[in-house]
This record gives sequence, structure tokens and C-alpha cells, in this order.
Amino acid sequence: MAATNSDAGRWRFPMTSTRYVLLFLAIVGALLMVYRLVVGLGSTTNLNDQWPWGLWIGFDVLVGVALAGGGYSTCLLVHVLRIKKFNAIARAAMLTSLIGYLLVMAGLFMDIGRWFNFWRPFVSWGYHSVLFEVFWCVSLYTMIQLLEFGEVATERVQQGWHKYIKKILPVLFIIGIVLPTLHQSSLGSLYVIEVGKLYPLWWSMLLPVFFLMSSFFVGPAMVTLESFLGARAHGHKPETGVLSSLVKISGYLLVVYLVLKIVDLFYRGAAGLVFAGNLEGNMFLLEMIAGVIIPIIICFNSKLRNSNAGLIGFSVLVAGGVILNRMNVVFTGMAGFMGGFYFPSPIEWGVSIGLIATGVLVYLFVVENFKILPGEGKGTGTMPLVSKDRTSQKLSA
Amino acid sequence: MSKGVLVDITRCVGCGSCAVACKMWNSLQYNNGVDTVGENAELAAEEWTVVKKAVVKKEQKTAWRFVKQQCLHCLEPACASACFSRAIQKTKEGPVVYVEELCVGCRYCMLACPYNIPKYEWDKTFPRVRKCQMCASRVSNGEAPACVGVCPSGALTFGDRAELLQLARERISSGGYINHIYGEDEAGGTNWLYIADVPFEELGFRTGITTKPLPEYSESILRLTPAVGLGWGAVLTGLYVYNRRRNEVAREEKISSVKKGKKK
Ligand code: SF4
Ligand code: SF4
Repeated sequence: MAATNSDAGRWRFPMTSTRYVLLFLAIVGALLMVYRLVVGLGSTTNLNDQWPWGLWIGFDVLVGVALAGGGYSTCLLVHVLRIKKFNAIARAAMLTSLIGYLLVMAGLFMDIGRWFNFWRPFVSWGYHSVLFEVFWCVSLYTMIQLLEFGEVATERVQQGWHKYIKKILPVLFIIGIVLPTLHQSSLGSLYVIEVGKLYPLWWSMLLPVFFLMSSFFVGPAMVTLESFLGARAHGHKPETGVLSSLVKISGYLLVVYLVLKIVDLFYRGAAGLVFAGNLEGNMFLLEMIAGVIIPIIICFNSKLRNSNAGLIGFSVLVAGGVILNRMNVVFTGMAGFMGGFYFPSPIEWGVSIGLIATGVLVYLFVVENFKILPGEGKGTGTMPLVSKDRTSQKLSA
Repeated sequence: MSKGVLVDITRCVGCGSCAVACKMWNSLQYNNGVDTVGENAELAAEEWTVVKKAVVKKEQKTAWRFVKQQCLHCLEPACASACFSRAIQKTKEGPVVYVEELCVGCRYCMLACPYNIPKYEWDKTFPRVRKCQMCASRVSNGEAPACVGVCPSGALTFGDRAELLQLARERISSGGYINHIYGEDEAGGTNWLYIADVPFEELGFRTGITTKPLPEYSESILRLTPAVGLGWGAVLTGLYVYNRRRNEVAREEKISSVKKGKKK
């Protein structure tokens, strides 16, 4: 982003020791990415003919897209349903989502073997492929989110464009909810074609519904985690009340999800596999108990839900559960059929970690230079990373 | 008329001529240390067809059988339906072919194939997907694939799929075969068909495959996309307008009540 206005001299990014570590990881990751693009997939990853998809698709893309779902769910609550109390978290949630999608795009780019051909599906339409829908929706949605971010960005740079962006925002909001709804579910549909290959505890014609629902209920969990982390770093109190009612929305969805899962298992005659005692069964149990059932208990106990520990516990469990679910679909559930062996190579780890580090740094930079978090500068804590003139600037704005 | 090949496993002697002919016709590499025939033979980027030795029990005695493996050229190929850039296409003569220029290298085709056929050039910077093309250029000229032409034992028969099914049924009814034509219904049917004298699972075939064409599973869901997208968009627009209006009304009422209060 070019600093073209008079504010140019006032970008700030105070470095702390954590940030140096992150920066180091990000640079290593970037170098590894270049290396991977030059020498190819075979010599940088442990992927093979049995395991054509690994960490980058499983974690960077499937998990990444799910965790970035906080953007569209918050957008729905704040801008369409206009639930006022959630306004406070809207910008932060949408920013995380935007950064998440940019990382997903980077992860995807790493994973395609013939990357100079990445644009093919834009002209050679394999519209019968689920991946085609994912590809189009993810690309378009990232664009939409960039435009949505324009509302925030133009408060600081290119201020003249602000009023135009404001005008098209409603349209952006609506498209920006429809697209993720479609592709969050199509990520699940990707595995519908694995009939008889994906272990029956996970394979279902309802995979798209499950993926969609989980991407929605993980949204509030991510927003909560982010609020707590942000509050700690910037020394202000998290909005516990807001988060608690946000989490409750998650809770209702979790219940519906659980019921649907159980009905689906019985309908397909796969319920017996849950307690089979094998790796698949145990992983499934872990996913459901830790990631769904315990969070439901926390959520519907109002004392727990209104405590910081409860909120954090709920969020960690739900996010962990969704990560485990995606990993189970990509790895645990496929292992039986695929045979062979796969464990990500150091380079694969390096790239994934580097991408996450980059994301965190970008997030911090944006939060400190644009109007994202509420109540900023009113900090009572000991670690104001935002320097003083931030407050005065905001007051004058 | 869609062409196909009938593989009669009872007639294959495991000579591996087909694998050699395949390499010659398709200019594939000869890799030392890689088996194209035997118990360790596996399909790979440069091995489009291999003859896998299976040790089976036949009337309580050990026996060897040889299974020629290659892409089965599904009638409704999952690989082609999975490809988001149309790099895999089903030709009307039967072969399922790969168009290198269009391929992005996502490897979804490899995951989609119910038989794990497509392989990848893992050692290249810009890898291609590799698999049997059923010698598409020969087939479109009415010729048999290279492997069929060289088979010395009559294990491979090239022809119209319908006629091959007929032939397979005749052989089965003449006795000595198990009553199953592999590929007739598997995953909606394939252009390559197999008959054998021992159960297919013992020969290493994947059995119990759904008979519904795989693309139908995902396409039945994809078909819903436009309706879901438009419907959801409409609902959201409605909600958006409604909630905005409600907010405005609330605000106006507030203002007017404040004004009224002032007048009084
Ligand atoms: S066997 Fe596999 S690779 Fe061959 S056409 Fe069928 S789905 Fe495609
Ligand atoms: S790897 Fe190539 S051929 Fe296979 S699905 Fe992807 S783009 Fe299509």
C-alpha cells in the first residue's frame, strides 16, 4: 500500500521481541516458498502418489478457510441483521477473515504443481467440478473483502474514495455473505466424490452442510480468541458481554450440528463405528466430545459462559474441534484407503508457519494503523503498544 | 460406438509384452529397478500399464494369476468431472485423455479416481499427471491400443463395448469363470472390462464400488448452487432492506418525539 498522503510519516510498527521472531519466521517462510516454486513439489514436500494432498491443502486451505469464517458470520450479524451490540467486533472479525483468505490463496498457490497455469480455470471452465466453484468463490470473495476493507483503508489513505466505497458497501456485504456460504460448503462437497474411500464416519452427502455449519459456529470462537489476545496486547478489557451473546449463537448451531451428525450416522448405518475402538472411531469421538459436546455444556451454563475462563475454554475447544475435523477428513479418514505414508516435510511446516507469522504481523500492523478495534487508547493495562498520539488523532477524526 | 478392451485374466501369462508396447508407443522411460511385471509392479508416472502377479488359491492349490492394470476409462470418469480446468476429457470413442496445457496441477483428479490411477511427476518442477490414454489417436483411427496389438496369448480383445460385454457373457456361460464382469457396472461402468476365474477381491481389485456414476454424487449437490446462491442472496437483501428501514423508522420516531417534546 503506497503511503501517498500527509500521514505518510506516521505509520508505526514498534518492534518487540515477539515481533522479531515472527518476522524471522515470515522471512524464512517466504524464502522457502520461493525455493518450492523453483524446484517443484516433489523435492520440497513429502507428498506422493498415495498422498497427493497434504498439509498445505489440509491445514492452510481447509482449516484456513474455516477459521476465516468469522468474517462472513459477523458481517451477517452486524450489517444485515443489524444487531448493534456486535458492532464493536465487526471490523476486527472482518480483518482477520481478509488476512485469512489472503493466506489461503498463498497456501493454494504453493500447492498447485503447475502454478504458471493458475489462471486456467478462469477461462477453461470445468464447471462440473466442485473445485471450480471453490476456486471462483474464494477468488471473488477475497476481492470483495479487499473492497470491503477499502472502507477502513480510505479513512486513512486515498480519503477521496471513501464516499464511493460507502455507496457500494451494501452490495459488497450481501455478495460477501453469499460467496462464503457457497464455498464453505463446497469445501465439504470436495470429499463427496470420495464415495467408499473416505471413512464412513466422515463421508456423507451432508458433508457440505456440516462444513458450512462448522465454519459458521467457529466464527464467534475465533472472534473471542482474537478479542482476548488483542485485549491483552493492547491493554484494554475484552467486551465479555458482547462475546458471551455471540458465543451463544455458536452454541445453538453446535446443538443443531450435533443432532444432525447423530441422525446422519444412524441414517447411514455408520453409528456402530463410533465405538469401534479403532483410530478412526477414537478420533471421531475426540472431535465430537472435545469440539462439540463440552463446548455446548460450557455455552449453556450461564455462569461459565459469562466468565473469561469459560469463554476462552469454549473458543479453544471449538476452534480445535474444527481443525481436528478438517484434519480427520483429509488424513485420518482417508488413510485406510490410500495406504502409504505421509508426514509433512520440514519445508512444508516452514511454509505453513511462515504464512501464519506473516498473517499475525499484517494483522498487528493494520490494527495499529487503522481504526479496527473499539475502545482503543482507553487502555488501562501496562502494555500500550499504540503510542499516545493515536488517541488524539482519533479524537480529531 | 464406444470402444473398449476385454481383459480375460485366465488367458494372461504375465509376459509383460503389453507394458513394453505401451512404453514404446508412448515414449515412456525405462526405469531400472522399477517392476512392470510381478508382485511389486505398481503404476507410476512412466508406467502406464503394469502386470501385477497375484498369488491365489484355486481348488485348494496355489496358483498365479496376472492382472493387467491401467486406467479403466470410466464411462463417466470421476477424474474428468473433478478437473476444474477441463484438463481431463472423455472422448466419444471411449478413451479418457489428459490435456497437459490445461492442467493446473491440483491433483484433485488423483483423489477423485476410484481406482487410484492417475500418477504425478513428483520429480519435476512443473509436474504432469500421467496415466494410460488408451492410445486415443490409434483408437480414433479404428485401431486397437498398442498393448492389445502385441498380446501373444489372446488375453486382450479390442472392440465395441457392447459387443465385448456380449463376448464376456458367452465366455462366462461356457464355464470356468466367476459370474461377474468387472467394469460393467463399477462406478457407472468402464470401457475396460475384466473376467476371471477367481473372485476379483483376491486379485487385488477394489470391489463393492457403488454402481452409480461418481460424478452424479457431486453434481447433484453442485446443481443446487445457483438456486442456493440466488435464494440466499434474495433473503439477505430482504433482511438488509428491512433492518435498515426499521432502524430509520426508529430514528425518525426518536427525532420527532424529541421535536414534539420541545414544542410542548
Ligand atoms: S479409472 Fe480413474 S483415471 Fe481412469 S477414467 Fe476412471 S476415474 Fe479417470
Ligand atoms: S491435476 Fe490437472 S488434470 Fe488433475 S484435476 Fe487438477 S488440473 Fe485437472
